[in-house]
Amino acid sequence: MTEHEIDEVTGQRTTGHEWDGIKELTSPIPRWWVYTFYVTVAWAIAFMIAMPAIPLVSDYTKGVLGYSQREAVRADIEAVRAAQGVFRDRIEQASLAEIRDIPDLFDFAVAGGKSAFSVNCSQCHGAGGAGAPGYPNLNDDAWIWGGKPDEILDTIRVGIRSDHPDTRFNQMPAFLADELLTRDQVSDVVEHVLQISGQAHDPAAAARGQPVFREQCSACHQESGKGIRELGGPNLTDAIWLYGGSREEIRRTVALSRNGVMPAWEDKLDEVTRKQLAIYVHALGGGE
Amino acid sequence: MNGLALFGLGVAAMLGLGVAGGAADEGMRIHAMLFAGAAVLAVFFLINRIYEPKLSPAGGPDSIDYNDSVVRAGAIASTFWGLVGFLVGLVLALQLAFPVLNFDTSWLNFGRLRALHTSAVIFAFGGNVLIMSSFYIVQRTCRARLAGDLAPWFVFWGYQLFIVLAATGYLLGITQSKEYAEPEWYVDLWLTIVWVTYLLVFMATLWKRREPHIYVANWFFLAFIVTVAMLHLVNNATVPVSLFGSKSYIAWSGVQDALTQWWYAHNAVGFFLTAGFLGMMYYFMPKQAGRPIFSYRLSIIHFWSLIFLYIWAGPHHLHFTALPDWAQTLGMAFSVMLWMPSWGGMVNGLMTLSGAWDKIRTDPLIRFMVVSLAFYGMSTFEGPLMSIRTVNALSHYTDWTIGHVHSGALGWVAYISFVAIYFVVPPLWGRARLYSLRLVNDHFWISSIGIVLYITAMWVSGILQGLMWRAYDNLGFLEFSFIETVEAMHPFYVIRAVGGLLFVIGMLVMIYNLWRTIRGEVRVEAPMAGTAAAQA
Repeated sequence: MTEHEIDEVTGQRTTGHEWDGIKELTSPIPRWWVYTFYVTVAWAIAFMIAMPAIPLVSDYTKGVLGYSQREAVRADIEAVRAAQGVFRDRIEQASLAEIRDIPDLFDFAVAGGKSAFSVNCSQCHGAGGAGAPGYPNLNDDAWIWGGKPDEILDTIRVGIRSDHPDTRFNQMPAFLADELLTRDQVSDVVEHVLQISGQAHDPAAAARGQPVFREQCSACHQESGKGIRELGGPNLTDAIWLYGGSREEIRRTVALSRNGVMPAWEDKLDEVTRKQLAIYVHALGGGE
Repeated sequence: MNGLALFGLGVAAMLGLGVAGGAADEGMRIHAMLFAGAAVLAVFFLINRIYEPKLSPAGGPDSIDYNDSVVRAGAIASTFWGLVGFLVGLVLALQLAFPVLNFDTSWLNFGRLRALHTSAVIFAFGGNVLIMSSFYIVQRTCRARLAGDLAPWFVFWGYQLFIVLAATGYLLGITQSKEYAEPEWYVDLWLTIVWVTYLLVFMATLWKRREPHIYVANWFFLAFIVTVAMLHLVNNATVPVSLFGSKSYIAWSGVQDALTQWWYAHNAVGFFLTAGFLGMMYYFMPKQAGRPIFSYRLSIIHFWSLIFLYIWAGPHHLHFTALPDWAQTLGMAFSVMLWMPSWGGMVNGLMTLSGAWDKIRTDPLIRFMVVSLAFYGMSTFEGPLMSIRTVNALSHYTDWTIGHVHSGALGWVAYISFVAIYFVVPPLWGRARLYSLRLVNDHFWISSIGIVLYITAMWVSGILQGLMWRAYDNLGFLEFSFIETVEAMHPFYVIRAVGGLLFVIGMLVMIYNLWRTIRGEVRVEAPMAGTAAAQA
């Protein structure tokens, strides 16, 4: 039954089997294939001797190199900690003003602050700190709660309208929703705000809105609309808007209020990191 | 037999209606109704079949009446699901480049569509090609009609029902959150019934064979069917919350679950996407080239070494995780040893072309197969490389992995599948040849450019991403925020989407060509050799 033929092209014999016209040759396996396979097997055996590899009943072979992933990670982290340790200790001891005066410490604080900012802050404030509607721009020189290094540090520590007991807190009323003002009064106040911020407005309505503003808004924003830092009342005249300065956006703010939240970082980041963040944010360009 | 089948379908329909009536959640209700509807449809199909006039087998006394109708259905289903899977992939690529295309709806967001894409290409497209071509090949290499009368049809339609249940489940948000094993417990049970029937049909056909030996393609198919059954059962060991609800919990916990999952998923690659498709290669390459298989000895050695080594390699998906060091070492060691056994298939396939290399100029199917084996060789070298822990530290979780998968999936799996479909369609519909070989050639070039764009984009973006993640400044602080790395990926995501679009266009060219072929048309065109010589 089995007929071995010789294949003319390769000179190899066939196995004598045939399926649907398919035959097979008895060519030897290429040497390079066999030797490469042997090399990988030899390497694998050596690797299994060198490294933790064979599970035993309640333990495993540790390998002659004694490698342990957990130990390797721990050593790596310790090495970084040690390398940064001197700087971190100095930052812990120094005041923010002192840090800013010592060049190498300042550089370290900015680098660490940038890294911590990327991980913890960039989600809301943007990778470069440029902010987004509802999330303050940290590059400009408008500061709702203060732009001095220590004020920034405190804001990071306690947050804004957060669950921290010392949190920075204020509340803008929802003048229309809470029926503090009528629909017309809201419109008039909005025109007044447009006027003091130097935008196109209806003069008659703005004039009607001016006494309403003095009565309802000046406690936090001042009669001039320049804001009160201690109360976190934003300046309305500087053309910088947290929630937008168009007629529609201002109307929405007055009518329904806005109360953004920034989390408190006291329990999440250590003091050295918070100090680095404060230095970094202050150095973004708009610090006072 | 028909009576028994009708009874079974009746029970299935009642079961579906019963579960739908008491369903604990909306998803289960929809699925139970679908199941009952499928059973009712099958009843009509079966009754129709009983009253169909029986045709006597054609041909002389020696010719065998192959069961080709189920293979024809398989060829159509493969092509259909291929198009669906590629299209969803294109949508996902565009969503990653332009997130607005998620349309803010849970139905079409990336998280649900992603499972739809992977399941559609692996299980719906790949699975149908595997079932179709294994049925085609086993009959011809055994010189025996496919075992069973209704059973092959049950495998075919049962598998389609599995696909529909899985796919609709993803869109409804039903998932057990295991990669490539997302369908919930009742869909898993259904697949088990279908798969065991598949195994029985295949083995019974081998049993009936009129050849003294079992051809190598069938070893690979059998290894694929048996191993997938085992993987499926172990990885999907779950406890349903309620027999009337879609939710279940996996029996394994913690890192054991993770390891079981990656043992499953890696061997889905090894046995579903490698062994099964090698089975196809071992038939279509010698048939199309008209040459004997290069080395029987290599077939044996690389088959057994592949089967033995693959099953250990899964832990390399869990480097630098809670998985114990020793398991990581074993996963890496076995992955490296897997390099040559994987390449054995490529060597045997390419060397089979000795004496027929000229056909690469004249036969676009040979082109498809050569490039397919080249991508197979490349991704089975890249795989062991990426399993090395120090390389993995860079590549893991990046787009490099996505590129690796797609060089295997588009280059190897899809290309050998295209060959299988192009090869079987003319004989199955009684046509002398394909409508146009030049269109096959167009398909080849369009999709090859697509693949190259895809994988090079993913290599660059993956390595860039990995380097950005691990970049530290000289003071020991991380250099980039995560969002910066995402921004850096954007141009590569666009290039990837362009590559995917080309692949879809190639598929449409194929569908047009097949449609004209089935209608019995032949395009008048110059033979391939002339321009191919000019190109060379």
